[in-house]
Amino acid sequence: MRQPLLRLEGLTKAYPGVLANDDISFEIGEGQVHALLGENGAGKSTLVKMIYGLVKPDNGQMTLHGQPFAPSQPSEARQKGVAMVFQHFSLFDALDVAENVALGMENPPPLRDLAKRIRDVSEEYGLPLDPGRLVGDLSAGERQRVEIVRCLLQDPKLLIMDEPTSVLTPQEVEILFRTLRQLSREGTAILYISHKLEEIRALCDEATILRGGKKVATCDPREKTARELAELMVGQVLTPPERPAKDTGTVVLSVENLSLKSNHPFGTSLKDISFQLHAGEVMGIAGVAGNGQDELLLMLSGELVSPRDRVQLKGQPIGHLGPNARRKLGLVAAPEERLGHAAAPDMSLTSNALLSAVGRKRLARSGFIDWPTTEAFAREIIERFDVRTPGPHVLARALSGGNLQKFVIGREIELNPDVIIVNQPTWGVDASAAAFIRQALLDLADKGAGVLVISQDLDELLEVADSFAALNEGRLTKVRPAKGLTVEEIGLMMGGAHDMHPAHEAAE
Amino acid sequence: MILGSINPAVLMAALMVAATPILLAAIGELVVEKAGVLNLGVEGMMIMGACIGFIVAVNTGSPLIGFAGAALGGMALALLFALLTQALMTNQVASGLALTLFGLGLTALLGQRYVGVTPPRTPKLDLGPLSEIPFLGRALFTHDIVVYLSIALVGAVWWFLKYSRAGMILRAVGENHDAAHALGYHVKRVRTLAILFGGACAGLGGAYLSLIRVPQWTEGMTVGAGWIALALVVFASWRPWRALAGAYLFGGVVVLQLNLQAVGVKIPVEYLSMSPYLITILVLVIISSGKARGSLNAPGSLNRPFHASS
Repeated sequence: MRQPLLRLEGLTKAYPGVLANDDISFEIGEGQVHALLGENGAGKSTLVKMIYGLVKPDNGQMTLHGQPFAPSQPSEARQKGVAMVFQHFSLFDALDVAENVALGMENPPPLRDLAKRIRDVSEEYGLPLDPGRLVGDLSAGERQRVEIVRCLLQDPKLLIMDEPTSVLTPQEVEILFRTLRQLSREGTAILYISHKLEEIRALCDEATILRGGKKVATCDPREKTARELAELMVGQVLTPPERPAKDTGTVVLSVENLSLKSNHPFGTSLKDISFQLHAGEVMGIAGVAGNGQDELLLMLSGELVSPRDRVQLKGQPIGHLGPNARRKLGLVAAPEERLGHAAAPDMSLTSNALLSAVGRKRLARSGFIDWPTTEAFAREIIERFDVRTPGPHVLARALSGGNLQKFVIGREIELNPDVIIVNQPTWGVDASAAAFIRQALLDLADKGAGVLVISQDLDELLEVADSFAALNEGRLTKVRPAKGLTVEEIGLMMGGAHDMHPAHEAAE
Repeated sequence: MILGSINPAVLMAALMVAATPILLAAIGELVVEKAGVLNLGVEGMMIMGACIGFIVAVNTGSPLIGFAGAALGGMALALLFALLTQALMTNQVASGLALTLFGLGLTALLGQRYVGVTPPRTPKLDLGPLSEIPFLGRALFTHDIVVYLSIALVGAVWWFLKYSRAGMILRAVGENHDAAHALGYHVKRVRTLAILFGGACAGLGGAYLSLIRVPQWTEGMTVGAGWIALALVVFASWRPWRALAGAYLFGGVVVLQLNLQAVGVKIPVEYLSMSPYLITILVLVIISSGKARGSLNAPGSLNRPFHASS
């Protein structure tokens, strides 16, 4: 047994109305890779924020190296050797790499020396970085390297990683794991937060599972199946979506040789996109974030218009039409960003239902809104899609991510579309809501609609898709049948490992 | 030849004097906006500085103490703004507008007894032989200390933002306050300090108007200088030296139109006196027309309220 590095005893933290963490105890050994597993809202973030000094526990204590450890702010935690890589990167777009690294350090050396050290460390761990580049111009994978290098420069004893692989290709994940294993061999403990079970089984020595703020188990993840871990995490038996085999029908949506400039200064332009979507088909589009997913959705939903004949819905040219016209013809879309794009945060669910359904459901007559019908429609969505909320008068921002996502997707499905485009339909959604949303999309396809799922979650795509393509720097690969594709093949379609190379072995 | 009667050296000298108040206010606001706060109360803080500075200078007989009082007056109003927007989480735009109205009203009351009073004279800085240089000496080296101070301040702000760690933290807070908070920086503290600095600068700018440029106290005497300073920050795309160039450009337009009026150019006076404002609007339109690189340089968290959700 290795020496315990960090010991948590009875940590408790309550927020008004919620007990975020309830009496949580476990140990992390030196050099151990320890997984922290749990659904959204299980209390993982609160727990690591307490370790990192962003939140003070109400009760309980921590010991680090046998000494009492109660950081009052992150700088104190950093001084004692605790570093953290955040899920939503804590980076500054308009600052360069060296400045971003300096901001995360206690006593940074002058920027010129720092640049050299960044180069050295990033070489040593196989994470190439140019210290002079603006972070706003970097890819998601490179941004993560900035975060990791920032931590490594401080020689941490414990490295906390919050969902680090959600933005990486499988090959990049492999390289990240090699880096982490190298660190672990050198004696750095890693607290690894994720809900990707296969990853945890591949990487971690021990796992602590949280549910509803309580610890439900500590176990060796390699001795459990992914299924067992998932059931511990969710607390119920999970049923994967059902997929009856079927033939696909006629072409409902086709895009031909379409190139489109992005409307965002840091965006990715689409290059020569072609594909055909059939009735009853679920097409999955993979890709690392920032490779044109947003632009593809905007192009298909009609927020970005394109030449008239390049986009066709059931043989009818729609390239020049805006979102409302396309909705009327039967093409609906649910973008990735729930608050602010898919839904207006400060408007009620009724109003939000109205905004997208007004044309297709005839919710307005001669310019006047038919509120009773609209409210009934919103109620119907809430009921059919199991949205947990007091009622349709609630503001969209008051719903949890999973519930709002069910509402947003349900709203579009209720329009009985011929084609539905969704981007990241289950991002940040808990496992049971995610299964529900996937099933709803499959049901819609069974009824004969074409479904296009853009997602960064490969497991999700493999679960629902009939056919499969990947976006890489704005280009779409050839569409291939999903059956029989391996994760390696998909990784190569997504662009492989870019310019990363494995870390040098410690034995060298 | 009517234009011949305008002496370029005198014009240049007058331009620097005309530009100094807006330059001071703009450099302060630039720091505030770099920290991610939009304070539309610059006009209010300027008039506050103009009034308090005038009162203090008249009562103590020292213009320098007057300037110190002006800085404090501007800061007092800025503190109110910081309290509203950082502690009470009010809307920045509305609070800033209210601050301007409040400043204009309060100073009209405070300054009532001082209308028509003459303030103590601020001496020119004696630069000896430098001011004897033909043309340049007259244009550049015959000013009071505040003019040189304002230029030094631009340099100091530039250095602070570009090279100091504190400046880097300030930029980080303005760029992405959530990330800065996650790294353990005190977003509200940094912003409050920036707001206070902005208030002090605006106060100094106001006092320059009432103690040196005019020098008199009249109600509402800033006549929109604060708004020009705000436009200047955008015009400069948040870069200190560009703010200096912009301020001298606006100063130039102001002085030139005064000179043109004086020599009797046949354009109605109204058009001439509205020209600086027209140019302000024009500059804002050109810069906000999207494609300009300038708009990319805006701090990422500008005018977004920060609430620590832990």
